[in-house]
Amino acid sequence: MSEIHALSGAYAVDALDDIERAQFERHLAECAECRAEVASLRSTAALLAETTATTPPEALRERVLSDITTVRPLPPAVGKGAAPRRRFRLAPLAAAAAVIAAVAAGGIVIADPFGEDTSQIQPTAVDQVLQAKDAERYTNTIDGSEATLVRSPSLNKAVLVTKNMAPPPDGKVYELWLDHKRVGMVPAGLMAEGGEQEILLEGDAATALGAGITVEPAGGSEEPTLPPVTLFAFEQA
Amino acid sequence: MESIRPSSSSGPSPEGSLETADLAQLLKLSGRGDESAFARLYDAMAARVFGLALRVVRDPAQAEEVAQESFLEIWRSSGRFDPDRGSAVSWLLTIVHRRAVDRVRSAEASSRRDTTYHDRNQPVAHDATAEAAQASLEARRVRGALASLTDAQRQAIELAYFGGYTHTEVASMLELPVGTAKTRIRDGLIRLRDNMGVGQS
Repeated sequence: MSEIHALSGAYAVDALDDIERAQFERHLAECAECRAEVASLRSTAALLAETTATTPPEALRERVLSDITTVRPLPPAVGKGAAPRRRFRLAPLAAAAAVIAAVAAGGIVIADPFGEDTSQIQPTAVDQVLQAKDAERYTNTIDGSEATLVRSPSLNKAVLVTKNMAPPPDGKVYELWLDHKRVGMVPAGLMAEGGEQEILLEGDAATALGAGITVEPAGGSEEPTLPPVTLFAFEQA
Repeated sequence: MESIRPSSSSGPSPEGSLETADLAQLLKLSGRGDESAFARLYDAMAARVFGLALRVVRDPAQAEEVAQESFLEIWRSSGRFDPDRGSAVSWLLTIVHRRAVDRVRSAEASSRRDTTYHDRNQPVAHDATAEAAQASLEARRVRGALASLTDAQRQAIELAYFGGYTHTEVASMLELPVGTAKTRIRDGLIRLRDNMGVGQS
């Protein structure tokens, strides 16, 4: 059983963080076995709600039924989701980018809880950076793992791509940083669990002098508390 | 007007095939803008929707908001429900659960600056008695099935599903190695599924 497959249970009960969820949904698009398992585990989890059923206040019914008069139901996904899935394959990083965009915007909109063929997929920020004409690539190897930082000055964004990254120590996370002149290291996001990642860094990549990765307590830090695991020095224009 | 289409029978369903077929039909009608069908859907599901939201977010006012937002989302996307990919109840409660979880996680994120790592990671005491849960046969069956899990599996599932914690957080709360909690959640759900006779498709 592959490592990603083992996430099916946690996915079925929404116990993945946003990045893991995006990765797993990418996997789901390709893995019929996992789709079937997730469906059955979600049905199982739904049964748990039987044990917590609680009659809501009567006023809720009126509010809900009044709400719906102002909202038009979405049309069905024509073609049983075939088109969205194809689009998904063409843009494998879309979900991760959409998650990051949604988180940045302060919330996640859900249109289709069963699937990867959500209508909410945004143009992919990660892909844009990876495919940018002016993309600069900086690759460091750390004990057999590989971390590549891709920066697009024109987009003012950077993406970290990791391969075979060793997990952080228990209770710790990898935190990303952008190094800015006179300011120093500015937090640029946390890495999720898993050795293979593509992460869009938060912050202004175009003006940064470099980027770094440190090990921090879970939840991250405002400033690096340990020397960096690795540093990337950007070419300066 | 609308005739109820005979459901293509796919074996006995533990959720009651009548209810499943009815809810799927109500969703389909809702997708066409049928408000009275949606009212019936509300009546069938409100206690489960509100109860789940309440269990996860705990604050009744916030639980009402989550339930209200969820129902609006269910109405909006009702035409996209695909019975081939899971039951109507599961689809509905997946929407509710994710909204409830998003609510507690975003609240946590906004207060993160004010709390220490230690504060955030204290296990929350579990209240197993104070629920106004309906004493339905189904609820009793589920409780019985839950009792058949190992303590470790049940704790991991409850912290994840009712607590809204990520598997990484669950691992930390239960003092397990990172990566172990997700396995417990999956193993426990599979056992529960098999005990409850939930169909695999």
